[in-house]
Amino acid sequence: MMTEKHEEVRMTGDSPMLRVKNLKKYYPIKAGLMQRVVGYVKAVDDVSFTIQRGRTMGLVGESGCGKTTVGKTLLRLHEKTAGEVLFMGSDIHQLPHKELRRVRPKYQMIFQDPFASLSPRLPVAEIIGEAVREHQIVPNDEYNDYLDSTMKACGLEPYHKDRYPHEFSGGQRQRICIARALALKPSFIVCDEPVSALDVSIQAQIINLLKDLQEEFGLTYLFISHDLSVVEHISDDVGVMYLGSLVETGTKKNIFQNPLHPYTKALLSAAPVPDPTAKRNRIILEGSIPSPANPPSGCKFHTRCSECMDICKVEIPQTREVEPGHMVACHLYNDQGTVVEDA
Amino acid sequence: MNNRKKGSLFERINTMTKPKDSNHLTAREIRQIARENRRVTDALENKRNRKNVPESEYLTTMKNPDNVVEFDGLRTYFFTDIGTVKAVDGVSFEIPRGKTVGVVGESGCGKSVTSLSLMQLVQRPLGQIVDGAIRFDTGDKVYDIAQTPYQVMEKIRGSKVSMIFQEPNTSLNPVFTAGYQIDEVIQLHNPEMTPEEVKALSIEMIDMVGIANSEGVYNMYPHELSGGMRQRIMIAMALSCSPKLIIADEPTTALDVTIQAQILDLLRNLKDQINSSIMLITHDLGVIAEMADYVVVMYAGRVVEKGTATEVFKNPQHPYTVGLMASKPVINRSVERLYTIPGNVPNPVNMPNHCYFRDRCERRTAVCNGAYPQEVHITDTHIAACYHTSAAEKQV
Ligand SMILES: Nc1ncnc2c1ncn2[C@@H]1O[C@H](COP(=O)(O)OP(=O)(O)OP(=O)(O)O)[C@@H](O)[C@H]1O
Ligand SMILES: Nc1ncnc2c1ncn2[C@@H]1O[C@H](COP(=O)(O)OP(=O)(O)OP(=O)(O)O)[C@@H](O)[C@H]1O
Ligand code: SF4
Ligand code: SF4
Ligand SMILES: [Mg+2]
Ligand SMILES: [Mg+2]
Repeated sequence: MMTEKHEEVRMTGDSPMLRVKNLKKYYPIKAGLMQRVVGYVKAVDDVSFTIQRGRTMGLVGESGCGKTTVGKTLLRLHEKTAGEVLFMGSDIHQLPHKELRRVRPKYQMIFQDPFASLSPRLPVAEIIGEAVREHQIVPNDEYNDYLDSTMKACGLEPYHKDRYPHEFSGGQRQRICIARALALKPSFIVCDEPVSALDVSIQAQIINLLKDLQEEFGLTYLFISHDLSVVEHISDDVGVMYLGSLVETGTKKNIFQNPLHPYTKALLSAAPVPDPTAKRNRIILEGSIPSPANPPSGCKFHTRCSECMDICKVEIPQTREVEPGHMVACHLYNDQGTVVEDA
Repeated sequence: MNNRKKGSLFERINTMTKPKDSNHLTAREIRQIARENRRVTDALENKRNRKNVPESEYLTTMKNPDNVVEFDGLRTYFFTDIGTVKAVDGVSFEIPRGKTVGVVGESGCGKSVTSLSLMQLVQRPLGQIVDGAIRFDTGDKVYDIAQTPYQVMEKIRGSKVSMIFQEPNTSLNPVFTAGYQIDEVIQLHNPEMTPEEVKALSIEMIDMVGIANSEGVYNMYPHELSGGMRQRIMIAMALSCSPKLIIADEPTTALDVTIQAQILDLLRNLKDQINSSIMLITHDLGVIAEMADYVVVMYAGRVVEKGTATEVFKNPQHPYTVGLMASKPVINRSVERLYTIPGNVPNPVNMPNHCYFRDRCERRTAVCNGAYPQEVHITDTHIAACYHTSAAEKQV
């Protein structure tokens, strides 16, 4: 056992679990009879970050800012437009399809919309087990026990096995999705809003489960959620996105206790507090989110920022490291820290 | 149906579905259950499908005229091949006029089915209201939705009560544009409007729910929108007819906090403008604390606690409510491990006779092995179903 672990560490060397460099994903906008491309939705526009093995990075940001697209593109569920995605040093975007199929189980995604991603015609046992058999995750004679224990770990009971997705509540379906991903023994999982459809007690179970699995198997997560209290609890590092770009990244302490970017501050102030008598001091964001097909010039946030200066409208702010590991892209901090080329 | 009384149907179902370990049903037993199910559901369907039902059969009066909705002992069951799933099993609560009632509870405890029952949108013929009443005051008449024929319900749904669903992806039709789908709803309930007026109103609604580029989005298909945008389209659809009651089933689950805050504000303001009420289903206790005047806590198809928001949050009585509050992470209050309630919900096909929460409860004692606990009044408005609430302790 010991040696096996050693080997693995040596094999992967120092390369982080995931390194994303200048990732871009543009969706073409087509129009007219000929379906000519008339423009692009810049869903992900030059995003760079790194996740070390065994850590969790939380990704937060306004709806439509491109979080799901980041997740799907880096797993190559969509082809990227530009940039580089390295899993333990190797680029899965360069793999031929056959090879890609082989490594698929290692890199999983728990999808935001549990219903759309479950086949309505398969019973639960098949949904979870199909790929387990296909990829020979466990020997055939252990298959049934393995299925039971995975389901159990995700809060599903054996009597659910023969039921079909439409017979489940929203939260139960989400647990099926989680079980399906975990059953493949992945090493990296993109969790796209994995608990937002769940009630808090199951939420707590699933979060504890994800953390336990992480400890036991050294799993690495990209955890997308808009529930900041959950993100704070589960993440080691946090990235804040706005309109296709990362505006601030840092450890969770950096982000939650010393938020720098005006958007991060607004986001934190909007989080609901479970106390009906609590006083709220909310920063209301003026205006609505600009379209990613036609983002504002300069700093993309300038149309809604209460601290907007002249320079913000014309010049794109550079990403600066203002304290170790704490990066922010905002002109307010132009005289602090150092510029990072790609974070 | 014949001249049997209402209660007897429910009793008959109860004897028909004698508890059975559903893991080990033989093919013959399944066939037998299926046959029996069809008998029951056919009878109920026929009753609902009748034409020209006299109004006296489904019009009623409210117990309290200040309420818009009164759920009274509602039971909604699913007649599946492995047995009867008692998704909602005797639920009673009120929605006062102009107020917001938050419903929380474990995933699968019957929150959605309760609201779908009010909309008569429970999956047919499998799912049926088998007992109880849902009194709904539409302004001019009071309907008992449990008795209202499908035909009549069609007119109420969408105009008097509308619903924002949990899963925007499946509730929007992928082959039509967002704008077309909003147009359709508006047209249906406002036949006198011209297509231009309808389109203008649709774009206004898209604008109102905080989407930039409303004219562009009007022409987009659901797959071109982000999860949050789809949800806002759903909200635009639901609010377009100024309903008396808005049922919002996890309306902001897919949204980030800034938009969530906007949408909640929007719902609150709209509610006051058109003097409607909101039934808000969510597991986000933060959202409930912010929005709800009253809170209903459900567990395994029944209401275990209800009261004003302050009562339930500041002085929770039922052990399940207490556990729920403890499970929630709170920003800047870090814990190593989140509290979880041990164990699982009992199998809905095979509910025990004692308190459903017993096997997970830290407060249980010998009395909890007795019958399902009665509701105990802590105050006039605060009620919990448990043997060991503080009020119950005092009585002993
Ligand atoms: N297949 C597609 N074709 C065209 N545009 C798309 C497509 N998928 C996503 N988009 C656009 O890309 C942008 C980012 O979408 P994405 O789903 O990544 O957002 P998100 O951050 O996950 O939002 P949410 O929190 O609402 O899920 C949105 O403006 C969306 O409209
Ligand atoms: N069509 C159906 N057939 C059989 N059982 C069903 C059906 N729809 C729902 N159920 C069952 O009814 C129960 C209540 O489901 P419901 O959707 O109301 O849960 P919920 O409280 O809304 O949960 P969530 O918070 O996860 O949305 C569940 O146990 C579910 O399995
Ligand atoms: S760069 Fe300017 S507009 Fe952008 S967030 Fe900073 S202060 Fe606001
Ligand atoms: S009745 Fe007993 S078992 Fe049930 S919740 Fe109350 S204390 Fe717990
Ligand atoms: Mg998303
Ligand atoms: Mg539900």
